[in-house]
Amino acid sequence: MGGLLKSSVAKKFAMALSGLFLVLFLAQHFTINLTSVISPDTFNSWSHFMGTNILVQGILQPILIFGVVFHFIMGFVLEIQNRNARAKSYVSYNGSANSSWMSRNMIYSGAVVLAFLGLHFYDFWVPELVHKYIESHPEDATRYYGELVAKFVSPVRTGLYVVSFVFLMLHLLHGFSSSFQSMGVNNKYSEGIRKFTVGYAIIIPLGFIFIAVFHYFNNL
Amino acid sequence: MKLTLKIWRQENATAKGKMVDYNIDGIDGDMSFLEMLDVLNEELVNKGEQPVEFDHDCREGICGSCSLQINGEPHGPDKFITTCQLHMRTFKDGDTIVIEPFRAKAFPVIKDLIVDRTAFDRIQQAYGYISVNTSGNTIDANTIPIEKENADDSFNAATCIGCGACVAACKNASAMLFTSAKVSQFALLPQGEVEADRRVLAMVEQMDKEGFGNCSNTGACELECPKGISLENIARMNREYLKASVK
Repeated sequence: MGGLLKSSVAKKFAMALSGLFLVLFLAQHFTINLTSVISPDTFNSWSHFMGTNILVQGILQPILIFGVVFHFIMGFVLEIQNRNARAKSYVSYNGSANSSWMSRNMIYSGAVVLAFLGLHFYDFWVPELVHKYIESHPEDATRYYGELVAKFVSPVRTGLYVVSFVFLMLHLLHGFSSSFQSMGVNNKYSEGIRKFTVGYAIIIPLGFIFIAVFHYFNNL
Repeated sequence: MKLTLKIWRQENATAKGKMVDYNIDGIDGDMSFLEMLDVLNEELVNKGEQPVEFDHDCREGICGSCSLQINGEPHGPDKFITTCQLHMRTFKDGDTIVIEPFRAKAFPVIKDLIVDRTAFDRIQQAYGYISVNTSGNTIDANTIPIEKENADDSFNAATCIGCGACVAACKNASAMLFTSAKVSQFALLPQGEVEADRRVLAMVEQMDKEGFGNCSNTGACELECPKGISLENIARMNREYLKASVK
């Protein structure tokens, strides 16, 4: 990440760009997941498409993985630099007087989302890789819905998903609109962007929570 | 008014430093915060103790010298004022007030509450100016028409007094608001536009060299700035920087 990302402004721009890409991905992921509470067949067919389409698997998925890894590594790089910039802390620091909790704690909400991604990969991505590339099962376009609902039998796992989505909400509440500022956008549309951010940051994670809780109760 | 003051005392730049408690009585609500410290220092001197060192000059909110972190906020709890404009009526009898220097790696403590803010000077020196030959062919600035909106925004950016409250308030000790104000005041005017690319690249490079943190867009700097310098300046600097980088 040398030359191109050597300045603080460029690092924040790259952070914003990767964040916005992940925001877009989240909307797509949510849309497909939502079909699981409406129609298992639709969910299966979309999941099968995403899991087998060459464009999705060969191009979009590697870009997504790069985006996720880049966003987290850069987040930690920036956090280390920021901590070094104030070697001695204040005895009294009244952060709530001038900024939101979300904006001051992006590293913590991000770390929870990162831990959740570990669980999420363990739950879905690793079994998918094993299914396709290690055990080499034949293609089965009807297996996805069953695999999804099986994960939400456990109240502990469902609870972990719910908590993680709350932290995702907190992360998005600041991160989404903040990324526009990092990219130099602060104009007459900014108020609209902030309002859209609040709507998006609440609706999408709440939607994910609804899906997890729906399948948990459906399993009872 | 009777107060308990918890003040950062540090003998010199290399000393460890610690918080020291002082009890003070007879403080009038109409006194400024710095006058209250003057009263304390008079008492300390009369007792043969070292007075508390703090920066101050104009005492009317213009020079940007006074720089105290008061109860966790730069320039204290009131908005759009410097420490010298903060009055003791803001506090109540019996209050405890915590007074610290502005904290940033780029603002090392010199003594007690005085910090070295020459990092700001070096950012300015990097390119916080326009190159004009003024030897004999000075042109009246008013001969160049400038859009009212740009002139106003440039003037607002130029009201930055370089006190460092933005750095002190920022959880990352970022100097983006200061640097962006200095970049903006020129970038918005035709006189500054010519060197805009070189200016923004040089000033951001110097800002990073000084060891300030990155901007997390918390907005704390804008709210604590005594002159109300807007976050729009940071967005403008980001635009200017990105534009200059791809040229």
